[in-house]
Parts: sequence; structure tokens; C-alpha cells
Amino acid sequence: MTNKLEVMEDKMLEVQFVGDDDVLNHILDREGDSLKNGSATDGGNKVYSFQNRKHSEKMAKLASELAKTPRKNVSFNLKNDPEIMTNIPQCSKGHSTSDMIQLKNNDNSEFLSTAPSGLKKRLIVPRSHSDSESEYSASNSEDDEGAAQEYEEDTNEVTLSQKIQAQNRVVSNPVCKEIPSKKMKRDKTSDLVEEYFEAHSSSKVLTSDRTLQKLRRTKLDQQTLRNLLSKVSPSFSAELKQLNQQYEQLFHKWMLQLHLGFNIVLYGLGSKRDLLEKFRATMLRDSIHVVINGFFPGINVKSILNSITEEVLDHMGTFRSVLDQLDWIINKFKEDSSLQLFLLIHNLDSQMLRGDKSQQIIGQLSSLRNIYLIASIDHINAPLMWDHVKQSLYNWLWYETTTYSPYTEETSYENSLLVKQSGSLPLSSLTHVLRSLTPNARGIFRLLIKYQLDNQDNTSYIGLSFQDFYQQCREAFLVNSDLTLRAQLTEFRDHKLIRTKKGTDGVEYLLIPIDNGTLTDFLEKEEEES
Amino acid sequence: MATSSVSKGCFVFKPNFKKRKTSVPIDEYFNKGKNESEDSKLRFETYQLVWQQMKSETERLQEELNKNLFDSLIEFLQKSHSGFQKNSRDWGYQIKLREIPTAALVLGVNVTDHDLTFRSLTEALQNNVTPYVVSLQARECPDVKHFLQKLVSQLMDCCIDVESKEEENVQIPQKMTHCSVDSLSSWYMNVTQKTDPKMPGKKRTSSSQWQSPPVVLILKDMESFTTKVLQDFIIISSQHLHEFPLILIFGIATSPIIIHRLLPHAVSSLLCIELFQSLSCKEHLTTVLDKLLLTTQFPFKLSEKVLQILINIFLYHDFSIQNFIKGLQLSLLEHFCSQPLSVLCCNLPEAKRRINFLSDNQCENIRRLPSFRRYVEKQAAEKQVALLTNERFLKEETQSLLENLHVYHTNYFLVLRCLHQFTSSLPKCPLGRQIRELYCTCLEKNIWESEEYASALQLLRMLAKDELMTILQKCLNVFRSSEKQLGNTAKRIEGFLAQFQSLDAQANEEEDTSGSQSKGLQKTDLYHLQKALLEMKELRRTSKKPTKFEVLREKVVDFIDSLVREHLQPPETQPLHEALYCSAAHTLRERLNAAPRMALHTALNNPYYYLKNEALKSEEGCIPNVAPDICIAYKLHLECSRLINLVDWSEAFATVVTAAEQMDANSITSEERNEIIHARFIRAVSELQLLGFIKPTKQKTDHVARLTWGGC
Repeated sequence: MTNKLEVMEDKMLEVQFVGDDDVLNHILDREGDSLKNGSATDGGNKVYSFQNRKHSEKMAKLASELAKTPRKNVSFNLKNDPEIMTNIPQCSKGHSTSDMIQLKNNDNSEFLSTAPSGLKKRLIVPRSHSDSESEYSASNSEDDEGAAQEYEEDTNEVTLSQKIQAQNRVVSNPVCKEIPSKKMKRDKTSDLVEEYFEAHSSSKVLTSDRTLQKLRRTKLDQQTLRNLLSKVSPSFSAELKQLNQQYEQLFHKWMLQLHLGFNIVLYGLGSKRDLLEKFRATMLRDSIHVVINGFFPGINVKSILNSITEEVLDHMGTFRSVLDQLDWIINKFKEDSSLQLFLLIHNLDSQMLRGDKSQQIIGQLSSLRNIYLIASIDHINAPLMWDHVKQSLYNWLWYETTTYSPYTEETSYENSLLVKQSGSLPLSSLTHVLRSLTPNARGIFRLLIKYQLDNQDNTSYIGLSFQDFYQQCREAFLVNSDLTLRAQLTEFRDHKLIRTKKGTDGVEYLLIPIDNGTLTDFLEKEEEES
Repeated sequence: MATSSVSKGCFVFKPNFKKRKTSVPIDEYFNKGKNESEDSKLRFETYQLVWQQMKSETERLQEELNKNLFDSLIEFLQKSHSGFQKNSRDWGYQIKLREIPTAALVLGVNVTDHDLTFRSLTEALQNNVTPYVVSLQARECPDVKHFLQKLVSQLMDCCIDVESKEEENVQIPQKMTHCSVDSLSSWYMNVTQKTDPKMPGKKRTSSSQWQSPPVVLILKDMESFTTKVLQDFIIISSQHLHEFPLILIFGIATSPIIIHRLLPHAVSSLLCIELFQSLSCKEHLTTVLDKLLLTTQFPFKLSEKVLQILINIFLYHDFSIQNFIKGLQLSLLEHFCSQPLSVLCCNLPEAKRRINFLSDNQCENIRRLPSFRRYVEKQAAEKQVALLTNERFLKEETQSLLENLHVYHTNYFLVLRCLHQFTSSLPKCPLGRQIRELYCTCLEKNIWESEEYASALQLLRMLAKDELMTILQKCLNVFRSSEKQLGNTAKRIEGFLAQFQSLDAQANEEEDTSGSQSKGLQKTDLYHLQKALLEMKELRRTSKKPTKFEVLREKVVDFIDSLVREHLQPPETQPLHEALYCSAAHTLRERLNAAPRMALHTALNNPYYYLKNEALKSEEGCIPNVAPDICIAYKLHLECSRLINLVDWSEAFATVVTAAEQMDANSITSEERNEIIHARFIRAVSELQLLGFIKPTKQKTDHVARLTWGGC
């Protein structure tokens, strides 16, 4: 406690994201089972084995544990993180007495404090998802004390807080006894199969319902993300450099083995792009080589083959099929043994190249004596792409190159990113296309956007029927006959801006296949401009 | 960077012509890899030489092993085609004419080796049966159209090969556009009529015995063909069989039943199937091992661990001889790369010559060899000094040691084979049924100290006479095969055999005596019988006079035992073994049998393993909060079930990261810091997505789904 009091003096609030049950668990056997339960021990058995169903607050618990490891406490700045504050207690299943009292407890402190109004609302609103065991919950009792104390410092009502503390202590004790039996039960179900089915028995998802929208930092585009990340100083740079140097010593060996008919595949955590770039710069300066960015969303085998035929072999003709093209290349390389080609493929396991046919074709290329392939893979299941036949085509030698470098380039393309990214690419293409249209056409499209946005909360919305649309356009003096409207729509359809669907009543419905966020952005932008 | 763009994924780099080296000497890479290693050029040449020899040997073996199969196949083809030749009006032949002769070739699951088999089969057929051999793979023929196209174009190629490339070039593209079996058969008529008058004496001496050579179509991977394509093709071509003599060869990896599973009765009745079984891959491996490793022909040897790894990959992963050979090649390369003394890994006279030219550094390398050091320690004091100081003396000694090593190998393999003869047929095979298992045990340790060996000897002491004699006869053959070494061993075995034969006469008498004893027991009551039996037992125990056969058998077993103890010492005991034995087991496993998932898991779970930074050191299963972002995000996501709430995740992440940064982050405002942390979180999450641990899901807003097992 002394530790914590020190912290409090700095006007910091100590917070731990831990569920009630787990806190008690945690207090009871901190060093013991709880650690084993939560974190992977070693080797494969964790990767490949089933695990118990996890509780939603486990992650928070682990976070606090991890945060604690070197120093004993985690501090949070209250003012900057109001969201965290809001997660004060939810009722957990069963409504045990302790929970009730904790709740009351917190209510007290809330009302005492000058908490933001949102907070109160959250507390008052009854939980709709009774199935989830306590949303993102509470802190352990000590934290409550901390919170309470903090508030009380603000309001200078010290006496009450002490009462609460006392209450807390009293109540938390009896609940402890409940835990061991629960744990026993959990341990007993060691049978993997049972565990599996237990985990899949209900479709309910035990996670909290919070969404990113409630956080303010939802949208970051590529540029800001990069800017922000550039401010982060990379840690362990000395060690990383040493690792990289280690790998660079292998370059000569790679060249040797490539020449002897093997192909090289690099695996391990971290982007291997820089390493391969270095390899390219040092070893391949004087030979023909093709660098293929597998992570590029528009890549496909056809384009790889095209760049070989057109740029490497200077062939101007076209081919009827990819297989023909492959045959042609193979013949070319077989005929001319002085021809040598290095293929560097970053992310051979990317979405676009992992298909069976693509792998077959690349494999056949690589099996040629004078084509040398060096590739990198990242996906955990990447080796599943290759059956025995393909593996023997590739004739791999595996090299582990764990670099820990961030996958900056690999994840920079729009589609490889998670929800966070604003749809800047569709947005820009949208503006581009619309700019080339007549004002009337733009008006028509805007009408459709607005209608779609008005209906965004309607889950059964399937689109705007053509007749209604025509009516609206007419009223806005945008078209004079349904033929003109149809002509317009054809243009939109050609640009993939709208999709038409036949409803159950046989009426045509129009829909813009772009997410609503992007559309809103687009409208805002349009309004700014005009 | 020049290789990143938002509009392009392929970047071609062509250095201008003058700069480009016409041919890069490969051995340059061999040299530079190691810092100033000795004789690297010579070593690389030796590598290439040994590898070439080994490779041609394996190819020769392959051919030899396939010979039987091919012979019977060719015979079948000739026989089945003769029906077409006779062109008789016989009704039986008419029926038979409707059936396509088909050879079902069961090749086993080692699909990677099939290519080689088919290649040599094609060659053999082209030499002996017909110039028209076409092989198709399933992936080339998604439908009948492609099937026929491929067939036609390959047939044309055959044709061009036969006729020395005349006007055909013009015809091909036109034919490619629409192919039917009709056009094929007319083409066939054309070709055979055209070539027949020309050909008789010249090129096709072997195949010209028929006026119309059959067309052989090999379907390399019968299982992967679509049923429809196969059925259609068979039905169509059976209609044209009388004018287009087709013979099918199915390559089958699983079992012949697959034919009936793929083809309904109506179709399979159009085929006249005969089954051929290729040699099993395990036997193939045994032969390869026998001819490449268990021989003194090649100086290069594998250490126990390396051999075990290669065999394990073979047995537990793919059954592929090709891969085994690849592993062998790699171990050879590793050996020559990493061991400077591998210059001595060549035939004896050459090695002796090379020893004379060894540099001082290399001499130092010899002295540093553990095996050599052990040897020196055993020598007398003045000899020790001489070995360690006098280069000349060292070289002479090395030569004799190397010679000893070669003699050791010759004896080793003879005795090994001999021991294998004895142990392979024992019940339960305590030392393994295959010679490779025995070899591995012998390489690993002193075999006579193992329990299995003791039990094997025990069993040998109970062998019957005729069994023992056949085994001895086989051993005798083994020893006779090499005249030079262990000559008197062969003589001794002969002696044993002779003694066994002379035993025959005496044996009869002994049987008589035992028979008379048993007669004496008749007609007594139970009590007496019991008593008599007890007496007899007592008598046997006290006297226990072994028969002559037993004495002799004991002698034989002892003899074998002494041979084993003398010659089957593990190679580690031999000085200079490092020069010949590849011991890079670890590297080999990493190169051939890598565990990328393991590596990822270790990197994420225990960053200290890679980044040797004390700050990252932590107890089992826990990572410090200063670990790389992705490790922290990974660790946190392990705590979740199927779905992960991004908000919770990001907050948990922020908690950890803020704690880590607490001390040094006073300079920037906390708002900005939170932004940065959020950005780092985004990066970590998208990296995890790239690695395949999570994927976006629509099941719930702002959730991602876990993809690994733990997330069930």
C-alpha cells in the first residue's frame, strides 16, 4: 500500500482492469495457477492445443500483470483517460453480495466525485447483455479504494472513504472461498475434445460491447499513422542490428545454394523486406532479377509472368493462357542455358499468390535450373500451401530470419489493414469518378447517397427502388425521363458505383456498395468544396 | 525504395550488358562465405566431383530398379498391340479391339519420385515400342478440350522429332484451335502412311517392326483427373480405336481401386487393364543407402544424427527418395563448406597426395581435431612432441591414419552386413529388420554394450542348425565379395560350415540315445512317473553335457561377437573421422525440416531468445512490458476466446505500454503519447493480421476473430 500511496500523491489514479472473480483468484494464488492459466508456457503445446474458454476480462488482467512486471504498479492519468474510468463495475453474473456492495460503493464514490455526466449515464443504464459476465469490469477492491480515495481528496470527505474501505475488506473475504472449487472444475475438464465442444457449445460471444466509436481515436489514415509511428524510437536497435548482421553473413551461402539448384525461403517474425533488399543490393547488382511484392494487392501470377516475358525476355507477343506463357518461358530458359534470372518474392504467401495454381506456376518456374528463387513467408499457415509435389518443385532450403522489423510496407496497403483505416482509396476514386460527370449526374448520385445514409439504421434496407428514385430525381429536376435516368445508372454501374438487385417483388433496387462512413466523408467533402 | 509502388508489384532489374558477367564462378561464393578458409577451391571441386559421382550412381540405381517393371510393361504393350497388328476378322479380336489396353502402374505415395520414373519410362518406350509417347498431367487438362489439345500438341512434337522438323511448323497452330479424336486419327493415318515407306531400315530399327506403332498416353497422376474428362476421353477414343491405336498408362499413387471409383462400370469395361506394381520406396531407400553410404566407394559418410534425420524425414514425412538425395546433397555441401579438412574427403591415393601439400594452417587444423588430440594423448611422449611440432612427421602420420580409416571402413561394412545377416531374421528383430537401423545403432555407440545386442546374441544361441548354416553361407558370400580384407574370416566361416556338415552323421546317434531314454518311462503309475521325471531333470542339470552342435553354435556366436567388438566400433573412436563424417545435423534439420510456426511462436512469446537483452529476460511464460509491441499484443490476444474486442485490446495494450514508458515519457504531452500508443497498437494488430493470428469479422462491431487453436 505504501507504494500506491506514493503514487496517489502524484494525483495519479491506479487502475487495474480486472474482473472481480479473477482479482480474487489473483490475490489468492498470484504466483501459482493463475499465471499458468493465463500465459503460454513454452513451445508448441500452447500453439496447438485447445484452451479453456476465456473470460473477457482475462486480457485486462494479463495486461495489468505484464505492466507490473518490472515495477510494481501501473499508474494512469485520470484526466487523459476518462474512458477507463467509465468501466467501473458492472454486475457480474449471480449478483453476489460483494458485487452489490462494490456497486454501491462505486456509486457512492461516483456521486461524490465530479464525474462526467456520461459516466453516470453508463452506470444507470441497465445492462442489456446479461449473458456476458461483467463487461469490462471493475477493478479489484484495492483499486476501488484508490478511486474512492482519489475522489475524496477532491471533495475532502475523508471519513466516508474509510467506511467504504472497511466495508470492502469485510465483504471480499467470504467470497474467496468460492474460488478454489471453481478452479477445480476448470482443471478437471482436461479432455481436449470436451473442451473443444464446451468452447463451441454456445454461439454467444463473451466480449464486451464497447465499440471504437466511443473512443475518440478511431480514425487514423495511413499518413498520420506513419507520422505517429515515426516518432516512436525503435527499441533494441543494437540487438536487431546484430541479428541482421548475422543474417547478412549468410548471403554468400545463399548465392551458392541457389546456384546449386536449391531455392531459399525465409521465415520468422518480422519483415524480411529490408534483408532481401540488402541481399539484392549486395549480391545481385550484376544479374538480371525481378523483385515481386507479394503483398501488393494487385499482384497475380499473370503479372509476374508478363514482367518476365516482356521485360526480361523482351517478348512482344501475347499468350492465350497463363499455361502457354509458362510453357514458353520454360522453353526459353531451357534452350538458353546462359540465361539466368533471380526471382525475389516478398511474401510468397500473400492473399494473391497463395492460391494453388499460382503456387504451382511459381513452383514450376523455380524448378528451372537457371531461375533462382528466394522468397519470404510470414503467415503461420504458409507451409500448408505446398503439398509434396510443390515442395519438390520448389526444392526449398529453409532459413529462419527473425528480424522483428515492423511490416511497414507489407501492411501499408488499404486492404491489409484493420477496420481503423478510413476508406481513403475508395473515397478518392469516388471523387475522381464523380468529378468527371455532369452536375446532374452528380446530383443523382448524391440523392442516392443521402437516401442510403438516411436508411443506414434500417437493417432491412435493401436499396432504393428504381421507381422511387426516378420520382425523386424528377422532383429535383435532375432527369426528365426514365430513359435518361437509366443511361445515367449504366454509367454508374460501369464504374462500380452502384449495384442493382432484384427484390422479391421483382422491382429493381439500387444500392451503393461503399460503406456509410466513406459516404458521409464524401458528402462532407462535397459540401466543403461547393 | 525502388521496389515499392502503389501501382505495381513486379520490378525488373536488368543491368546493362557490358556490366553483366557472362558466367559467375560459383566457387567464388563458396570461398567468401567463410573467412579465409583453407583450400576452398579444392574443396568445392571435390564437392562437385563427389556429388556428380553420387548423383550418377543414384540414377544408375534408379534405372536398374525400374528395369524389371519397364520390361514387363513393354512386354504388355507389345502383346496388346499385336492384336491391332493382325487386323484379323476374328470376332474375339473385334471385341478386344473395342477395349483400350491399359496398364495401371501403382507407384506408391512418394509422388515426388514419380516424375523421374515417368521420364525414364518415356525414354524406354520411345526406344523400344513407339515414338508416340505422350504424358499428361491433371493440372494441364481441366476439360476434354485442353486434354485433346495437349495430346495433339505433344504428339506433333513427337512427330517433329521423328521427322527432322520439316513443314510441320505451319500446321501446328492451325490444329491447336480445334482438336478432335477424328482429326487425330486422320493425322495418325497420314503420318503412318507417310513414314512407313521411308522408315524401314533407318532410324526406327526397333519400332519399325510394326507398320503402325501405337500411341502411348501416360496419365501421370490418374487420381487428380476429373472423372468427367477421363470418362469422355475413354469413350471417345474407344470409338476410334480401330484407326487410332491408343494404349493408356495410368500412374496411380494410392491403390488400383481408384480406377473403379473414378470410372463407372460402363467406362471401365472399355478398358483392358493390367496391373503393374513398382518397387516400394522403402526398398529403394535400402538400395540407395546400400550403394551410397554402406560402401567404401564414396569417402563421404554421414554421422548418426544426420543419417537419422534424413531417414526420419523419409519415413515420417514423404517417402521420397528425391528428397533423401537432396538431403544427402545438402549434407555433402555443408560438410565441404564447414569443415576445412574435408579436402581429405576423396579417394585414398588422392587424399595422400593432398596431405603432402597441406598448408601450415591445415596442419594446425588437424592438430585441433578432437579425435586427433585423443590419439596424440595415447602416444609416447617423444612421439607426441613430434606430432605437435614437426609438420613432416605429422603429415606422414596423417597419411597412415587416413589409410587406417579406410581399412576400418572396409572391415566395418563387411562385418556390419554379416551381423545384419545374423540379426535380421531373429524373432522380434531386436536390432531392427533393416540394415539402416543396425547401422544407426552401430554409429551411435558401442553396439555390444546395448541391451538389444545382448538379447540378439541370446536368440542366436538358440538358432537351429539349418538356419545357422544358411546365414553362415550368406556371410561367406559377403566376405568373399571383397577379397582383400578379412580373408581369414572367410576361411574360418568356411571351416564352421564344414564342421556343421560333418555333424550330420554324429547327430543321428545322439537322437537314438535320447529316444531310448524316453522309452524307459512307459508304463508306470503317476507317482513313479513324477519321480522319474524329477530324477531326469536333476540328471540333466548336473551333467548338462552340451551336444557337439551346441558347442559349435556357441563358437560361431562367439566368433561373430569378437568380429563385432573388433570392427564395429563407432567412428568417433577413429582419429581423423571428422574429415569424412558430416556432423551438421542441426543445420540440416533447420534447412530441410524447418518449423516456421515454432519460430513465430518463440519470437512472439520469448523475445529474449532472439534479442539477447537483459531487459527482456523473464520467467517462464511471461514477457516484460518493454517487449516489442507485437509480442505484447500477441500475449494479450492469447487471453481472448474466439472474438476479441478491439477497444478492450487497445486499452489493455495501452496499460502495458504506458507502464513501460513511464519513466522516460515526460517530454511529450500525454495526449500525443496516447495517440502514438494507439498508432503502435494499430501497427501491432495489422501485423498480427498479416501473420494470420486474427482476421476482421462482421459478427460483432469492432471485433476481430482469433484464428489460432487457442481461440476455440
